[in-house]
Amino acid sequence: MAGTNRITLIDDLTIYHAEAQKQLLLDALAAPGAVEADLSQAGEIDTAGLQLLILAKREALRQGKDFHIVAHSPAVRQTIDFCNLTAFFGDPVVIPAHESP
Amino acid sequence: MDELTSVFIQESREQLAEMEAGLLVLEQSPDDPGNGELINAIFRAAHTVKGASGVVECHFIENFMHKVENVLDRLRNGEIPVSGGLASLLLKCGDHLTTLIGVLEAGLPEPAPADQATGDALLAELSERYLASAAAGDTAVSLRDSESGEVMASGGGIVVTDSWHISVRFGRDVLRGGMDPLSFLRFLGSLGEILAIETISDAMPAAAEMDPESCYLGFEIRLQTRASKADIERVFDFVREDCELRILPPNSKLTDYLKLIEALPEDDMRLGEILVRSGALTQAELDEGLNAQRDEAPLASADNPPHIGEILVDNKVVQKELVDAAVGKQSRIQDKKAVEARLIRVQADKLDQLIDLVGEMVIAGASANLLARRSGKAELVESTSVLSRLVESIRDAALQLRMVQIGETFNRFNRVVRDVAKELGKEIDLVINGADTELDKSVVEKIGDPLMHLVRNSVDHGIEAASVRAQNGKNVRGQIELNAFHDSGSIVIQVRDDGGGLPKSKIRSKAIERGLIQAEQSLSDQDVINLIFEPGFSTADQVTNISGRGVGMDVVRRNIQSLRGSIDVSSEEGIGTTFTIRLPLTLAIIDGFLVGVGRAAYVIPLDMVVECIELDSHGVDRDFLNLRGEVLPFIRLRALFELPDDAPPRENVVVVHYGGQKAGIVVDQLMGEFQTVIKPLSSMFSHLRGIGGSTILGTGDVALILDVQALVQRNSRIEEKTLNQASLARAS
Repeated sequence: MAGTNRITLIDDLTIYHAEAQKQLLLDALAAPGAVEADLSQAGEIDTAGLQLLILAKREALRQGKDFHIVAHSPAVRQTIDFCNLTAFFGDPVVIPAHESP
Repeated sequence: MDELTSVFIQESREQLAEMEAGLLVLEQSPDDPGNGELINAIFRAAHTVKGASGVVECHFIENFMHKVENVLDRLRNGEIPVSGGLASLLLKCGDHLTTLIGVLEAGLPEPAPADQATGDALLAELSERYLASAAAGDTAVSLRDSESGEVMASGGGIVVTDSWHISVRFGRDVLRGGMDPLSFLRFLGSLGEILAIETISDAMPAAAEMDPESCYLGFEIRLQTRASKADIERVFDFVREDCELRILPPNSKLTDYLKLIEALPEDDMRLGEILVRSGALTQAELDEGLNAQRDEAPLASADNPPHIGEILVDNKVVQKELVDAAVGKQSRIQDKKAVEARLIRVQADKLDQLIDLVGEMVIAGASANLLARRSGKAELVESTSVLSRLVESIRDAALQLRMVQIGETFNRFNRVVRDVAKELGKEIDLVINGADTELDKSVVEKIGDPLMHLVRNSVDHGIEAASVRAQNGKNVRGQIELNAFHDSGSIVIQVRDDGGGLPKSKIRSKAIERGLIQAEQSLSDQDVINLIFEPGFSTADQVTNISGRGVGMDVVRRNIQSLRGSIDVSSEEGIGTTFTIRLPLTLAIIDGFLVGVGRAAYVIPLDMVVECIELDSHGVDRDFLNLRGEVLPFIRLRALFELPDDAPPRENVVVVHYGGQKAGIVVDQLMGEFQTVIKPLSSMFSHLRGIGGSTILGTGDVALILDVQALVQRNSRIEEKTLNQASLARAS
């Protein structure tokens, strides 16, 4: 797809990296085109990280841009699921067979 | 019937199936210490049905399930022991629920008197045996019952819910204090079951001002638990100073919810919507609250300020469609809400239409491909080949949509085996393997009945009575196995039992008696066994109501053949019987291998093609060849279909295999792979052997699809005959 910025968050989505990751996400959103966040490397996610993802999604919606999370790591997926935010992010999520009901 | 009701009916059936599966396990092993989780699951299913029946205002189901739920609740809390008898009784309740759902589906206002009586009898038995001892403790429940009845009538009373509502807003500094709110919520989950959770991020400022180390989140949670309010509060002890926590106990007054809405910092309308969405309130309750508030407004006291009513008016008027949407979701029905968000229900005919279109596209694509190749323009060829690759992917994906796991079908048999075995006084275990094997939905639907016949047959005729088994030194508990696996483009389903096997001499004498064979006719063992597929054949000494009416196996075979499948049986007396069903994975589209004979084109399903070789020009008078030391019988299509023209100097052999047998098909030309949409032949041609269907080539010509199974079988029959003749000749 043309004009898609793909950013990969390598560190855990925790408060320790929140400041840096906020900047990363906002910079990506400031550039033209849709944003794809690759979270496959994010081993952990806490409230701060979740908040950042919500912020990024909200910001993207405000600007009328696409913000997608691709390659959810299991932790990210579980947390988004737990908080019932799957529909809010609206990203396709891969459910591993052994976890599906 | 409105959409909500039909969703309810469908979901209730699913929940019911879950309940039934759980109860069956429970009945088998009531003493298993790991049953707690199982009981919870059963309870949840029953609870969901009850809650949902309330939403669709189907009171006869709600009332019935209420009692069932009470018993399950006591079971869950260890107040009554798990026993096989209880599980059986609950299974009966499940059956009755099926009846009730049927009543609802038929659009009747209430069940027929006979059904009503059954239900009452079951309830009476439940109360007498499992609820009576707790009569005192139960008054609260019945009280709640009558009160909730009042809500329906007068409104403004209690909100019918048995879960806590927890509303929490975390303070800004929670994260900096080293606390992670999510972990509190996860811990909360350990107290009971989180029915619904809504994340509130409204407090988060615009991106520029947002401090990533501050916490802006809040949550609305519905929690079902036996824990007390203090227990719930304790979860948040660490952040007590730093968060706003509001807890509403189960069955709180509607006004308490309204106060909550008012007290929370977010927009009132949004909160109303959130509460409805999380299932804490229903629209009916909101409306009732509204009415009650209006009525009471003139009398409003200081602690009941009129503007609550106004909020609700706003709520109702401004946010009507939002509320409607939220109610439409009926999250009460959906405990598995998060999962549901990723699943959508699609009507089967829409899917069929898609498959049809994809089929047409495959044909059109093949034609475009052909034209491109003829034109000789490299770019065109390249672009059409990309296109056809995409079409192929679309085809696979579309077919994948229709694939369902066979497990659901298999699990039905747990109940069947249990019931039938019980009726016959046998002990039988059902073992299921390969439940996750996928096959086409239409095939799954049609395979249910034949499988049912086979399983019932196995229980009835296959497995011997316990005493006989003991005599023969076998395990007293019989075993029936259901297996499913994929094998070269087909799916194989096996029904295996470790019973007495098919009695060959009995079958033979029966067949003679019925005039199916002549007394002096000599048959191989396999042929004798295959007689059971003949119409009007049954060997059961006594006709039971389970099987043995002689309308079984021939119907089974016909059904399976109509799915382009086959059924085989192998049996060893005293050891057991195995029925093997082979079915094509899908009915609509296959990958084919296009071959030509004379001027006609034929398609061989690619999955069955092993290799292609050139037919050696000498030895063409024989109908077999030496394939790397193996004897390979072959069929000459030209001879088989009696094509008039002469064979070309060079012919090819396509080696195919099916069901463990190999055979060759002699053709003139090999024309390569070809995606084929199967167009069934009209009934006029249904008696044709060796042809499975037709398809349209890119050129517009018709190609016939070879029924490899029939050809291979024909081949092996001929082989057998020759062998027999040879041995006869030697004997004489």
